[in-house]
Amino acid sequence: MRTVNSLIGSPIERLEDLRFLRGRGQYVDDLARKDMLHAAILRSSVAHGRIRSIAVAAARALPGVHSVITAKDIGNRVPRVPMRLQPLPDFEPFGQPVIAETKVRYVGEAIAVVLAETAAIAEDALGLIEVEIEPLPAVADRRASAQDASLLFEDKGTNLAIKFRAVRGDAAAAFADAPYVRRESFRTQRHMALPLEPRGLLAEWDAARGRLTLSGGAKVLFFNRRTLAKQMGLPESAIEIVENDVGGGFGARGEFYPEDFLIPFAARHTGRPVKWTEDRREHLMCVNHAREAECDVEIACKRDGTILALRGHAYVDVGAYMRTNGAVGARNVAQFMSGPYRIPHIDVDVALQLTNKTPVGTYRGPGRFETDFFRERLLDMVAQDLGLDRVEFRRRNLVSQREMPYQIATITPFESKDEFDSGDYQTTLDRCLDEIKWTEKSKLAGKLIDGRYHGLALGCFIEGGAAGPKESARIVLEPDGLYSVYVGSSAIGQGLETAFAQIAADALEVTIDRIRGVFHGSTCYVDDGYGAYHSRSVVMGGSAMLDAAKNLREAIRAQAAQRLGCQPSEVEIVEGSKAVGPGGKSIALNGLSSEGISAEGAFLNKKHTYTYGAHAAHVAVDAKLGHVELVDYVVVEDCGRIINPLTVHGQAIGSVVQGLGGAMMEHLVYDQEGQLLTGSLADYLIPTASDFPNIRAIVMGDHPSPINPLGAKGAGEGGIIAAGGVMANAVANALSAFGAQPRELPLTPTRVWELAQAPRK
Amino acid sequence: MKLPPFDYACPTTLPEAVQLLATSNGDAKAIAGGQSLVPMLAFRLAQPSLLVDLRKLPDLRGIRISAKGVTLGAMVRWRDIEDDERLDTAHPLLKAAIAHVAHYQVRNRGTVGGSLAHADPAAEMPGIAMTCDAEIAVVGKSGAHVIQAADFFQGALTTALTPDEIIVEIRLPAWPAGRRWGFEEFARRRGDFAMAAAAVFYDQDANGKAHNAHVGVIGVADRPLRLPAVEDVLNGRAIDATIIAKAEAAASAAVDPQDDIHASAAYRRALVGTLVERALKRAAA
Ligand SMILES: Cc1cc2nc3c(=O)[nH]c(=O)nc-3n(C[C@H](O)[C@H](O)[C@H](O)COP(=O)(O)OP(=O)(O)OC[C@H]3O[C@@H](n4cnc5c(N)ncnc54)[C@H](O)[C@@H]3O)c2cc1C
Repeated sequence: MRTVNSLIGSPIERLEDLRFLRGRGQYVDDLARKDMLHAAILRSSVAHGRIRSIAVAAARALPGVHSVITAKDIGNRVPRVPMRLQPLPDFEPFGQPVIAETKVRYVGEAIAVVLAETAAIAEDALGLIEVEIEPLPAVADRRASAQDASLLFEDKGTNLAIKFRAVRGDAAAAFADAPYVRRESFRTQRHMALPLEPRGLLAEWDAARGRLTLSGGAKVLFFNRRTLAKQMGLPESAIEIVENDVGGGFGARGEFYPEDFLIPFAARHTGRPVKWTEDRREHLMCVNHAREAECDVEIACKRDGTILALRGHAYVDVGAYMRTNGAVGARNVAQFMSGPYRIPHIDVDVALQLTNKTPVGTYRGPGRFETDFFRERLLDMVAQDLGLDRVEFRRRNLVSQREMPYQIATITPFESKDEFDSGDYQTTLDRCLDEIKWTEKSKLAGKLIDGRYHGLALGCFIEGGAAGPKESARIVLEPDGLYSVYVGSSAIGQGLETAFAQIAADALEVTIDRIRGVFHGSTCYVDDGYGAYHSRSVVMGGSAMLDAAKNLREAIRAQAAQRLGCQPSEVEIVEGSKAVGPGGKSIALNGLSSEGISAEGAFLNKKHTYTYGAHAAHVAVDAKLGHVELVDYVVVEDCGRIINPLTVHGQAIGSVVQGLGGAMMEHLVYDQEGQLLTGSLADYLIPTASDFPNIRAIVMGDHPSPINPLGAKGAGEGGIIAAGGVMANAVANALSAFGAQPRELPLTPTRVWELAQAPRK
Repeated sequence: MKLPPFDYACPTTLPEAVQLLATSNGDAKAIAGGQSLVPMLAFRLAQPSLLVDLRKLPDLRGIRISAKGVTLGAMVRWRDIEDDERLDTAHPLLKAAIAHVAHYQVRNRGTVGGSLAHADPAAEMPGIAMTCDAEIAVVGKSGAHVIQAADFFQGALTTALTPDEIIVEIRLPAWPAGRRWGFEEFARRRGDFAMAAAAVFYDQDANGKAHNAHVGVIGVADRPLRLPAVEDVLNGRAIDATIIAKAEAAASAAVDPQDDIHASAAYRRALVGTLVERALKRAAA
């Protein structure tokens, strides 16, 4: 049996689990420091208004309160939360001040920070702060936003942050002589990532050394350090951001938020450690929202079902400010509306409309969940119109393996070109149909059995991954002969330590127990890192690790050659434990160097990987209750070279569950005054253990990516992307007797019941 | 979401508890299972100066079953009802309804008295109290008295209790063998408060005709409702498909729900009809 080079692809159990299952995980809220102050944040209860006055004396006088910080205390100019991705100059005027200065623009915006001896006292003091806000008309949705009657930023004269356009070929010409055109409007609802662990920060200021340590970092620590250094006027080297265990990220956790400045600032301001733990209510109204999109699109086809062109308009409600990654979802809505299908001519624009609601950011499958709902719904409608089989229609239009790499629509204004790297999209579709027993189950479609209508649907998706430009890794051969692995990627619950240990062990040709540990996230391990987003950690960090392993082996050979008195090229490393020179002379690696040998590696990349796959669902609908029972759900994806089938499988299942939440129940509801009506988990409904017991995931690894040395592609978003479209199509199929055509998510009982109110055909 | 400051007392006798509530200017609150009150405190929707813990009051516990009916002490937990096999025959409707309350952890703590006093319009226990013509026994500074369920619930989270009053027990009239009944509820997720639910029962005479019909619904108004219009459809009739269809229509017509974030008014109106229909089908089966 091979003992080395056998780990990649093995279903080894997560190394993290032992720690978590024994209750030894350490989250930021578990940390405490001597003399620590607790922060509580006064948040605007008004969606849109001008701040007239803030009176903090009574709060400051409450026993146990140390101080109260408002914009006045910050300095001349309150820093803005920057754009991390697509930092176009167009967005600058819409940046969020880290604390409200003159206006408030959404319910939840920070107005003051109270620092007190306990979190409860800090919260008591919030009630003693008097804020006078002159209310302005709230802009509660994208239509009101487009009217520009009430402006979030008066000097800009518009609530339109920007318009992106996705273009390929010549859509106008293609539509001009198309034999069949269908036009439709669809809408997805505002919802959010909702990691179970809310945010938290602990800031410690060392005045003597002028150093700041910030615990509670996640996802993109190096970017956040750069940002914070600039805002606080410190060199980057004076700041360390520490990643603790993280209870889920899903795109939202770890982005730079106002608190990422306010809490470190408070620590320097007071000279004491400051901790802030977000509560669930704050989390619901302050962490990036997502997914509120609408479209008005047309598709052109030949009568045989060949898709010719797609055009139209999309609208994304981006909330009150443009911050960090707030433009990604909207861009993806336009750029990926064509999904995995060959659509030669595309012209889709998307308007990013500001409203008086919480700013948006990415959430697992950003923009893709929304646009896949639009597209897969549209495809089912077209198939029906043209009398085509739903499966054959899709099959005919999937991008084929011969066409790889396949160029997709380009986004303006920033000329974001992109192409699919590799794969055979038919194979995942075939496997999915097989698994759900499509042919057999098709007989149930639309049938009423025991009071419930059965429905069947499928959809295809692609998932982008591997965002560049770079990732770094470092491996150290310790004096005791074990290896320590350091990466710039971040762990947000995706099993990173396990995957990296597997990759490193194989690259070093050692067994996994020789890996002392995988150290990630915190800014002290490598010089630069880019973090965990866009399904990039394993692809980018893993590829960097291969490079580091190669460099380390070279360094080991060079050192051993000196000791063995030969050329480095003559040295062979055997089982990662000894170096053997000419004539069999050998030296054990654990004695090779007293301070250890370290080597760095990097991977630079501008291209993206494209995981792809298909979903299928079988539902049973109680039309009178409007209740949809999920009888069976299958997701099949090919994510290139699989590092660990167990963790990828877990990711796929979890991802589907989140997708079903978005399809069926999750909704951040606002009223016309811009008040969030779903401020607790009693009203913001997420799937619980008993809601969707029947989900299956199959992960294939038949088509490694050609654009990175690992051959890996992103994994973990595929399960969410197609869920909205597939569930809506399944309900449409079940209720076909009523001519049901869902055009809006979520599929609440009310909505499903309404769909079944038409007279039965 | 940290609790506001308050004092805490844990009296061992009922008079002592009443005294504590009575001398706090209406600013004290009893605490039973804490499953509704503590979230209210965390959201700072309630800021009592004193919490009077009822857990050491001996008179408030226990389920008593006699020829007169079922008496539930105010501190009886959902879990106690679930575990009591006598109730399978002594009050099957109660048992079926309580099976829908919340989740395992909440059921281990939440109490009958707390639920009645909290008076959530979608809660099961108040619904059963209304449907079954229950009597609610309370003690206050002016002594003990009994409030009829129909007079007790006065609006969302509003009851006939005065600040010094403690619920001691609730009495459900006896449940004859052979009584026909059904309970149907729909919630968006298992354990959630009901979107709506319907409880029905009736007795049958020698000719198979229904009499003494009781129909109650929750989740469609600011308090649990009895639906006399539906009861009229049932009384004196054999409960067949035609009557059930009439009852369904009568139930939808009898309620006037409002739109909220979870459902439209039209949907809830139809839902009540459907649940009454299904509960009656069960009863008649
Ligand atoms: C997640 C969740 C889901 C839930 N789902 C449901 C559900 O589906 N259906 C449902 O019915 N309930 C549900 N509940 C509520 C639960 O049943 C509560 O336990 C119950 O409503 C209140 O009982 P308690 O003993 O916890 O009362 P507490 O929270 O202790 O008190 C509630 C109120 O009653 C008062 N009070 C308590 N006891 C007395 C007494 N003897 N005399 C006078 N006043 C008193 C208190 O002062 C307070 O105002 C849910 C709760 C949670 C947290």
